[in-house]
Amino acid sequence: MATAYDIPAKQVEAEQDGGAPVVAVENLRKTFAGHTVLNGISLSVGRGETLAVLGRSGTGKSVLLRLIIGLETPDSGSIRIHGQDIDGLALDRMGEIRKKMGFLFQHAALYDSLTVGENVAFPLVHHRRDMSRSERGGRVRQLLAEVGMKGDRDKMPSDISGGMQKRVGLARALALEPEILLLDEPTAGLDPISSGEIDDLILKLQRERRMASIVVTHDLHSARTIADRLALLDRGNVVIEGRFEDLQQSDIGFVKEFLKQS
Amino acid sequence: MPSVAVSVAGPVNGFFEWFGSLGIFSWRVLKAAVTPPYEWRELIRQLDEVGSKSLPLVAMAGAAIGVIISLEARYSLSRFGAKSMFPSTLVYSVVQVMGPIITGLVVSGRVGAGIGAELASMKVTEQIDAIEASAINPYRLLAATRILACILMLPLLTLATDGCALLTGWFAQTLVEPLSFHQFISSGFNGATFNAFLPPTFKTAMYGLVIGLIACFEGMRTRGGAEGVGRAATNSVVLGSLFLILSDVVLVKFILVFFP
Repeated sequence: MATAYDIPAKQVEAEQDGGAPVVAVENLRKTFAGHTVLNGISLSVGRGETLAVLGRSGTGKSVLLRLIIGLETPDSGSIRIHGQDIDGLALDRMGEIRKKMGFLFQHAALYDSLTVGENVAFPLVHHRRDMSRSERGGRVRQLLAEVGMKGDRDKMPSDISGGMQKRVGLARALALEPEILLLDEPTAGLDPISSGEIDDLILKLQRERRMASIVVTHDLHSARTIADRLALLDRGNVVIEGRFEDLQQSDIGFVKEFLKQS
Repeated sequence: MPSVAVSVAGPVNGFFEWFGSLGIFSWRVLKAAVTPPYEWRELIRQLDEVGSKSLPLVAMAGAAIGVIISLEARYSLSRFGAKSMFPSTLVYSVVQVMGPIITGLVVSGRVGAGIGAELASMKVTEQIDAIEASAINPYRLLAATRILACILMLPLLTLATDGCALLTGWFAQTLVEPLSFHQFISSGFNGATFNAFLPPTFKTAMYGLVIGLIACFEGMRTRGGAEGVGRAATNSVVLGSLFLILSDVVLVKFILVFFP
């Protein structure tokens, strides 16, 4: 059986961009009903760089992404997008920042009353009002072709598989040409072949678009394939952050156990 | 004693928390509704959803109410020797009381449950989060359009209910005692002023606000999967209908004071 160790790690090729991180999270804390989910974590990701956030279920990985895009508010700590602190921003100002972000939800979260094509067109309809109908149609066709869903534009989300839904979700996330891509468990629940296809797709998009990406996953194979750096969370804290080799060489018991079980 | 205080404090806190959350929700919707960009396309879709698709239902309810009031009124008026009052009794009963409230309750059942369940389902499947993550204000796109559609459509649907009720009420009467429709209408509306008919019809815009607001609020605050969706649909209908009737108490008094 192939393990994460058999897969070649992604070559680090992130642009440093003058050292200024696109997304910077500092000392972030979040508690739900007395249960601390994030306990003061700090992470950053630069342009063209992919950070994989790993950890067991329930360690606050998805909450981290929801905090970054402003769907949740932190108890304390700061989140900076291009140097702008998003804490307390008005909804419209936050909207301007969100236009620079693409978010793939764990279960794709496609609008179930719209077709695949309408789902992808949704952000364009609302934010590119200057686009003509034919221009929009062309852009949707191009996005669907990029994710390998060219012939499925008129299907309903309920008529396609989970892997295909994630592809459509990814196309929708890319519609506004974001500078930041947030992916919540992009390969969860998929068979190995579909997972591999999604990983290849993410790698291709990163090469072409040079986005700052944060990928939440508990799939070490996938993380090693697509990420430049990995951060391992446990009980709301970052246990280790670095390249895959750094995790391999770590003496921390939790890191060893996580790698062994993956 | 402390245990009694604790057991009472929970529901009381919940009661005030519910109203507090509703107040915050209403403010967000109001702010979203009056600031551009306006969601015209979604509003038109909702006008069709609330208006056209409720029309057959309210028309049938109105038709049934017309027959019921006709049968009851004829019997009661005959006992007091006031059969000549039949047309105006029917017209006033339908237009001032039964038409608005029946329309409100029917729409609350159909539209309130529909909005509550739809938004709750979108909430638990993260579709509302996806809208927000796409930099689109869900209060503007989902809530403001639905509430506005309810406000605009309720008076029109009430007119449809009233029309059907008067038609079937007259028809039921003519089966027993022939009466021309022209005679029925002129006698029924004899001496009527706009104040007698317009405020009761347009007060249903307030019913629309109550139905739409509560359904959107219950839908968008849902938690907990299929059970949460069911709870949101039930709450939308039950609370919507309850607050509709309670608001009617205030509205009737308001109309009596300001439109005597």
